[in-house]
Amino acid sequence: MDIKHSTFKGGIHPPYRKELTKDKPLITVAAPEVVVIPMSLHIGAPCKPVVKKGDKVKKGQLIGEANGFVSVPIHASVSGEVKAVEPRLHPNGQKVMSVVIENDMEESLHEDIISRGELENLSPQEIKDIILNAGIVGLGGATFPTHVKLSPPPDKNIDCVIINAAECEPYLTTDDHLMRDFPEKIVYGLKAMMKVLGVDKGFIGIEDNKPEAIEAMFKAVDEKDNIEIYSLHTKYPQGSEKQLIAAVTGREVPSGALPMDAGVVVSNVGTALAVSDAIRLGMPLIERVVTVTGSAITDPQTMIVKIGTSVNHLIEACGGFSEPPAKVINGGPMMGIAQFSTDIPVIKATSGILCLNEKDAYVPEPSQCIRCGKCVSVCPVKLLPLYISEYSLRRDFDKCKSYNALDCVECGSCSFICPAKRTLVSSIRVAKREIIASSRKGN
Amino acid sequence: MNNEFLTVSSSPHIRASHSTATVMRDVVIALMPAFVAGIIFLGINSALITLLCVVTSVVTEALMQKYVMKRTVTINDWSAVVTGILLAFNLPISAPWWMAVIGSVFAIAIVKQCFGGIGQNFINPALAARAFLLASWPTRMTSSAFLTDSYTAATPLALLKEGGEAATALPSYMDLFMGNIAGSIGEISAFALLIGGVYLIVRQVISWRIPVVFIGTVMVITFIAGQDPLYHLMAGGLMLGAFFMATDYSSSPVTVKGQIIYALGCGIITSVIRLWGGYPEGVSYSILLMNVATPLIERFSMPRIYGEVKGDA
Ligand code: SF4
Ligand code: SF4
Repeated sequence: MDIKHSTFKGGIHPPYRKELTKDKPLITVAAPEVVVIPMSLHIGAPCKPVVKKGDKVKKGQLIGEANGFVSVPIHASVSGEVKAVEPRLHPNGQKVMSVVIENDMEESLHEDIISRGELENLSPQEIKDIILNAGIVGLGGATFPTHVKLSPPPDKNIDCVIINAAECEPYLTTDDHLMRDFPEKIVYGLKAMMKVLGVDKGFIGIEDNKPEAIEAMFKAVDEKDNIEIYSLHTKYPQGSEKQLIAAVTGREVPSGALPMDAGVVVSNVGTALAVSDAIRLGMPLIERVVTVTGSAITDPQTMIVKIGTSVNHLIEACGGFSEPPAKVINGGPMMGIAQFSTDIPVIKATSGILCLNEKDAYVPEPSQCIRCGKCVSVCPVKLLPLYISEYSLRRDFDKCKSYNALDCVECGSCSFICPAKRTLVSSIRVAKREIIASSRKGN
Repeated sequence: MNNEFLTVSSSPHIRASHSTATVMRDVVIALMPAFVAGIIFLGINSALITLLCVVTSVVTEALMQKYVMKRTVTINDWSAVVTGILLAFNLPISAPWWMAVIGSVFAIAIVKQCFGGIGQNFINPALAARAFLLASWPTRMTSSAFLTDSYTAATPLALLKEGGEAATALPSYMDLFMGNIAGSIGEISAFALLIGGVYLIVRQVISWRIPVVFIGTVMVITFIAGQDPLYHLMAGGLMLGAFFMATDYSSSPVTVKGQIIYALGCGIITSVIRLWGGYPEGVSYSILLMNVATPLIERFSMPRIYGEVKGDA
């Protein structure tokens, strides 16, 4: 089998800045003294804490119970004593019920953490249960419970699984590191997902600025696995689900529909690895990889981090700030969310902590649209961002809807490219919210 | 750490390095070869007229924004400079100073600012001003105005139109290409305009679509009509119009399909006027007409969005 090449239409070439962390080894950050684990680590209903102050917990022990179908359990990432169960600041800006554990540094594993066997001997339902009980969610940022993704309604005809390894967000190198260091685990996780869905075709799509990762993955797949490696043109937003599906399968997800409507389930590198660990080691999702980088960081690193570790702890592990940070972003620079505090825990959605100095954090003043059409030519969905934004600012949301505002994937390419520095995607987001709100009212 | 000074703004957190000013400055740079050609072939007077238009445009923009529109003054975005140069490039070398001033004031005050400033004018300000001057002082703007010391000839297109005797006085291809011909200040050198046009495309200020389709259409139609397409390309305002005037952001479509339809329209109307109309030149009227049609073209050239289901639009 060969490596295939492909891409999508539109898109931008932002400065990637991956060289800050790309060639440094993946490190495991020293265990923190305390972890703060919010009971909301996934999209969907928050968990119910099942431990209380004073309880002793072991690493991997269940501390939060799933609450409904679109929910997964949460486990202790260290062993030690529960110091508090109380609301703490979450990266979403709100206080969320959290379990605070003081680390006894013993790393004593919970008795449940034992291998669940090998793929060959497990049924699809058993694998799905393992994934659910390990608390696995999409680690690309959306944190949608993986077992739900692997349970499509029977009328959907799924025929392939794609691992989204594009990592098109500038600065981030988490997937890159995982693919170089653990290619075999990722392939194993992908095969597990293929088995759950009963499909025999898998794809791994990687941007071509990660040649080592492409090579490592290529070596890790076996001819008979029926897994194809796609080398994707380095272009943002190559990792946007719909753009990836178009590049790899040539299919389009119908407007307003989900990838499964195009017969595809998309998962992520970190997720595949978590699936592999859950099956073979019995290890629940209590760690993830985070890139801590940016112009205000002394020694940027990509590191394996226990869920619940304070962002401050990570920054210290990178030698602290080299200059006063003017902006701290949870995620990458294109779609990440600016934080007002670094006193927040790493959650399952934290792919990067980007700390920018004053110069990089500068927010330009928007001026009048000059109709240059650049936003139109970069939009991967082929929308007309200038008009949606203009109507949104005039609060004419019906017009926004007729310009297909709801199809915007919020990639931010339009705002990035606009020479007039207009905040296009922000105003389009407002329009989307209003359209959805008013359609709910209508029902 | 002290977290009080963290900026919290919405994504994306990085922006491209260009700005309205750098884009407009690129247009000015792209116009410089034609400016130099104007000086070489028509004399220093062409530089004076251009400067006068630029200064008047910028001052008018500042005054209008400050006192009439009561907005922030944005003359540092270079857009008034572009309008000034383009207007001058559409004037004959013999244009009196007051025409340059009136034209510039009209372009900026009436066409640009009254409609809301940059990005809002529905027709090209420089071309609208040219049409206004032509209607007000026709004799000063047409062929007789192109008489200068060195050029006693009418413009090549006028000669071509006249046909017969006059056509024997047509300049050579080389003169046409370099700009050794009669014509308005900025249109004479195809070579200089081509350099500027390629620069704009390479710098991604404009796409190739409008100029290539516009020029291609004119060449094909004139060829079919039995005339020399190279003449139609290089003599007259086609290059200036196709690269610099028809591509005006405010007054041309933003959609891909729209730009092609628009450029086709420009090309067809230009050819019709040149071949069968009352004027030797048709570039500026064709662009103005298509400017007016732009909103309509856009409405009917909405791109098919990703994942759009047929009949769902
Ligand atoms: S990129 Fe900005 S200036 Fe250009 S058309 Fe879009 S909104 Fe207007
Ligand atoms: S309109 Fe939406 S999808 Fe299109 S470029 Fe902007 S953010 Fe991306």
